[in-house]
Amino acid sequence: MDFDLLIGIFPQVLLDGLILGFMYALIALGYTMVYGVLEFINFAHSEIFVVGAFVGVEVLLTFKALGLLEVLSPFLVLIVVLLVGMLASGLLAVSVERIAYRPLRGAPRLIPLISAIGVSFFLQDAVRLFESIWRNSFNLVYPTMDTLNLRFNLTETIDVSVKSLVVIVASLLMLWGLHALVNRTKIGKAIRAVAEDQATASLMGINVNRMISLTFLIGGAMGGAAGVLFGVQYSLVNPYTGFIPGLKAFTAAVLGGIGNIPGAMLGGLVLGLLEAFAASYLSLLTGGAFGAEYKDIFAFSILILILIFRPKGLLGEVVRERA
Amino acid sequence: MRNARFRFVLVALAALALVLPWSDEAPAQSKGTIKIATQSPLSGGQAALGEGIKLGTQLAVDKLKGPLEKMGFKVELVPFDDQAKPDVGVANAANIAADKDILLVVGHLNSGVAIPSSEKYKESQLAMISPANTNPTITDRNYLNVSRVCGRDDVQGVVGADFAKSKGWKTAYVIHDKTTYGQGVAEFFKASAEKSGIKVLGFEGTEEKSNFDPILTPIKAKNPDLIYFGGIYDQAAPFFKQGREKGIKAAFMGPDGMDSSDLTKIAGTAVKGMFYTSVAGPVDVYPAAKAFKAEYKEKFKKDPEPFAAQAYDSAALGLKAIEAAAKAAGGKVPSREQVSVQVRKVKFTGLTGSVEFDEKGDPKKALYFVLQVASEDPAKWGENKEVKRLSIAAPPLKKS
Repeated sequence: MDFDLLIGIFPQVLLDGLILGFMYALIALGYTMVYGVLEFINFAHSEIFVVGAFVGVEVLLTFKALGLLEVLSPFLVLIVVLLVGMLASGLLAVSVERIAYRPLRGAPRLIPLISAIGVSFFLQDAVRLFESIWRNSFNLVYPTMDTLNLRFNLTETIDVSVKSLVVIVASLLMLWGLHALVNRTKIGKAIRAVAEDQATASLMGINVNRMISLTFLIGGAMGGAAGVLFGVQYSLVNPYTGFIPGLKAFTAAVLGGIGNIPGAMLGGLVLGLLEAFAASYLSLLTGGAFGAEYKDIFAFSILILILIFRPKGLLGEVVRERA
Repeated sequence: MRNARFRFVLVALAALALVLPWSDEAPAQSKGTIKIATQSPLSGGQAALGEGIKLGTQLAVDKLKGPLEKMGFKVELVPFDDQAKPDVGVANAANIAADKDILLVVGHLNSGVAIPSSEKYKESQLAMISPANTNPTITDRNYLNVSRVCGRDDVQGVVGADFAKSKGWKTAYVIHDKTTYGQGVAEFFKASAEKSGIKVLGFEGTEEKSNFDPILTPIKAKNPDLIYFGGIYDQAAPFFKQGREKGIKAAFMGPDGMDSSDLTKIAGTAVKGMFYTSVAGPVDVYPAAKAFKAEYKEKFKKDPEPFAAQAYDSAALGLKAIEAAAKAAGGKVPSREQVSVQVRKVKFTGLTGSVEFDEKGDPKKALYFVLQVASEDPAKWGENKEVKRLSIAAPPLKKS
């Protein structure tokens, strides 16, 4: 076994894992916030994420067609794209809640779950229909921005591309912003109150419906941001891109303790790192007997182990009283 | 009120019945309908190639159905979308088998879909002619009803490895997509590369479609001369793109699954200059295909994708076989088995050369190409340079 190689790629793998982990963390927030407030899994969230990615690519392609990509600073462009993507996904999430979940608020818990799965299929094929009419294309490619693809060396063997750093910085900023919003503002307090006990919260003069819409807006916006960053980092999106990242992010939310915001971030990072290490190291360590294709089996085996010993997730609360 | 409306509807229906003819066919003449089915992915990431197969067949049916119509048959094309998924392909195959009018299937694009689907066709000896399936198993099962007009992966892998050797590459890293086709051709490439002295530094399968970082990192550290991707362009293109962005300098190569303009549409400059082997050259390398290209463009408003000409040939050959079978059956609609028997007997010269089947359904001699991507512009895919052309006989059936 080549130890120099194993150690040599370690920082690079760590970086790959972090990027993936932050992406999962951003998506996982959408699952965990909705669960915290409504106690149901919004399975349409993976499509909210994809819509963010598609809005992002459409904005970028429009910029490109207008010749703005060469003129404007790529960072400015990226900020605009992120904001538009977040807005679109956030609003979409709010309307999905209004149309598909709110009428079912009093129903047994499985009913909105089924509604969510229906919305997920609907959105997938709506995106597919729209893109096949609009661009006659299934796969869309994020236009290349040269500045973002520049690489610089950290050490002799490790180099980082600008866009990887952008993804990490943007994710950190958003996670920090969300944390501050939930814990330090009045709105955050209201959201937490609704999550704790809807009836009491409304007695205290909190508009429960508005807070639930706000939760969907924030969760959707995070998903949209993740979609744009996903597209920028991996460059190819199609209408079904969201399924696997969505499933993984959901797992990350469970791993961190569903309903718990810092837990979702932690869960995302752990899952991203596990996956990256498994994919890069499995075949090196086993001499090719187990390849990168086993990365999910490996990552999920560890998840099962963690959940056996901590069934509520890494940061999940042990008891959760409900009215 | 309601009554009045009801009456109005009745009158309107009666008026319609007067205006519309009962039927637009002339049933007195028709001796029955003969349907040609296509099975290929018409939606999803590989739709570009799959659509080419459908349109190529359509062109052939429209152009060459004359003789059958003269014999009094009605000829129809029924396209099926197998979505590049084995389960969908088999479900379609069951529907196709149940429609007694279907006498020929032109398809599929993916070997992994073609193999289980053709088991269904076999039950009624329904002839399948494949324009694009290169996995050896397709014909090595020695089914009477399954034939193909293209070459095979065991030969294609060897052609790729020989070419790599001639380029002086010493090390290679092999990636595949875990499908019957991709893994198959990757294994043939690996075996033959190792035999000719190229060191294979790694062999990985992946179903990942978007994030290739963790696979690329060890590749970059091992720094091979060549990366061979056994798979299809919709997965290979982002892989190559991310590889170049990560700073990997190796040459890229792949089998005929790379052969679509979507490869450059997705990967752009990353794949400019890369090599791929193919059993189907660009339309321009076949002198007979010039008129086909023009007609295709006029009718469908785009250039033919790779395998469209092969699909045309498959359909043309199939139509000839049906005609021969119908004649042998005394001018009646032939049975499926009679058609399958005739397919093997036909000697046929089509757009892509002459096809004559050996006893298991491979062309006796098939062309293999090594091609190089000429430009990052998808519109210029047709200008890809032919680097090498070989005519190789299919390996004989292994007696087991």
